[in-house]
Amino acid sequence: MTRLALSRRRFLTGATLASAGTLSGCFDPLGNRDSSVRGVLETANSLTYRVQRMLLGSDDLAREYSESEIRQPQRPNGSTDPRDGDYRQMAGENFASYRLKIGGLVDAPLEVSLDELRAMPARTQITRHDCVEGWSCIAKWTGVPLAGLIDQVRPKTSARFVVFECFDTMENGFTGPIKYYESIDLHDARHPQTILAYGLNGAPLPVSNGAPLRVRVERQLGYKMAKYIRSLTLTDDLAAYGDGNGGYWEDRGYEWFAGI
Amino acid sequence: MTTASEVETATNEAPRERGRLVYRQRLATRITHWLWAVTLFFMLLSGLQIFMARPDLYIGQQSGFGFDNAVLSIGARKVGGEVQGVTTLFGTSYDTTGWLGRVAEGDRFANKSFPGWLTIPGYRDLATGRVVHFFFAWVLVATLLAWLAASLANGHLRELLPTGRDVRHLPRDVADHLRLRFAHDGRYNVLQKLSYAGVLFVAMPLIVLTGLTMSPGAVAKLPFLLDLFGGRQTARTIHFLVMFALVLFFIVHVLMVVLAGPLNELRSMITGWYRTDPEHRP
Repeated sequence: MTRLALSRRRFLTGATLASAGTLSGCFDPLGNRDSSVRGVLETANSLTYRVQRMLLGSDDLAREYSESEIRQPQRPNGSTDPRDGDYRQMAGENFASYRLKIGGLVDAPLEVSLDELRAMPARTQITRHDCVEGWSCIAKWTGVPLAGLIDQVRPKTSARFVVFECFDTMENGFTGPIKYYESIDLHDARHPQTILAYGLNGAPLPVSNGAPLRVRVERQLGYKMAKYIRSLTLTDDLAAYGDGNGGYWEDRGYEWFAGI
Repeated sequence: MTTASEVETATNEAPRERGRLVYRQRLATRITHWLWAVTLFFMLLSGLQIFMARPDLYIGQQSGFGFDNAVLSIGARKVGGEVQGVTTLFGTSYDTTGWLGRVAEGDRFANKSFPGWLTIPGYRDLATGRVVHFFFAWVLVATLLAWLAASLANGHLRELLPTGRDVRHLPRDVADHLRLRFAHDGRYNVLQKLSYAGVLFVAMPLIVLTGLTMSPGAVAKLPFLLDLFGGRQTARTIHFLVMFALVLFFIVHVLMVVLAGPLNELRSMITGWYRTDPEHRP
């Protein structure tokens, strides 16, 4: 291996001088989510959202690939093996007792089992999963188009978002476990490629990828595609969930609209 | 106040022959120049922050986990009892401890792609890096469009396009630059034209378009971008390469300003006024 390394002492001296003498650290306050400068910078995210909403019609589909481009298993990320008791028990009996609950601002709330979901008209799509970290992975997803389920529960006119509440605990907060959650607007929820997936690469969705159900929102980044879905709630306001930013990662500084 | 000519007389030297001042840079050129300087600074440092979340570059539609399509990886690994920063470029690994992969953080070493002074924020924070990057991305595109409109209107664009005469002068211009002999006649020489036109008409559009190719929303609207650049991961690699080219441009640009007379050059980009060489003798 070619050696380009600096001696430790020489490097640390250099690094200290560099950080003392240059701008290092000057912009660290931007990491504070209450900083007013950050607030100004974040207005660009709403601009991005509005522009993409303006330009992206409901018929603009994410690229679908051929079977030959599935070259590896779907890379699991985030939670890959939830330890939550209710989830373990359900997983132990192959999700036979699983019931997806759909409620909130709807006229006909619904509870469906996995078998009932599998009996509904399905959609299969080979798409590219883009992670916010920068990597991509192509896989085949099979599931129920969310648009059909939404029609079935008859949303009230005030409904604007679908909130996905999940089984997996991400961390333990002061008030108890903090579980993963996500939300999308009804525009994305009704998109033809938005499905509740129960199948991956021709097999049942494995636990590491979000069994029994995960949502695919193909025109956004991976963190929008909640795994281990417990329930769907239609709402007009995201403030009641988590810290009110519309998702677990959104509460930690990531943008709610992840189309970029 | 003492004027420059009085100083020269006072030091009892023969007054040097000086060229005349010309109005060299229009207001639109100066404003967009400094907007780009600030914007590219923030985009570079926030971009390196974003890169740290996945310090690998690949060729193709996807990232190889079950196969290998990486062209660059920055990481750390244990060699003997010590952790080394390792950078792998086209399959060849280099020990880059101190620079890449394993860097100083405070008074000790940490496994991190880049040292803190190269990223915004200095610590690992992808969410904030993205907020900064996407804000300045809008500023960058707005500045490019404003520059294009102004330069079309005021004729600046024509000054940048190489002519047939420029092309014939290319060998002599290269030789002059190598001898560090610069003409200050208030016009762009062919190497300047090629580098500015290259930045504005090749590098900038390329870095914006490859950036958009990484956006799952944008490629749903503009799917041809995926074909144009050979996939999302290739686009990401090109985005990184163009960044590298822009950094090289910046280094040469600043070097040339220093060599060509930094005060005169800076003045022309702040006030617009530029002092040319004394009249050329044929």
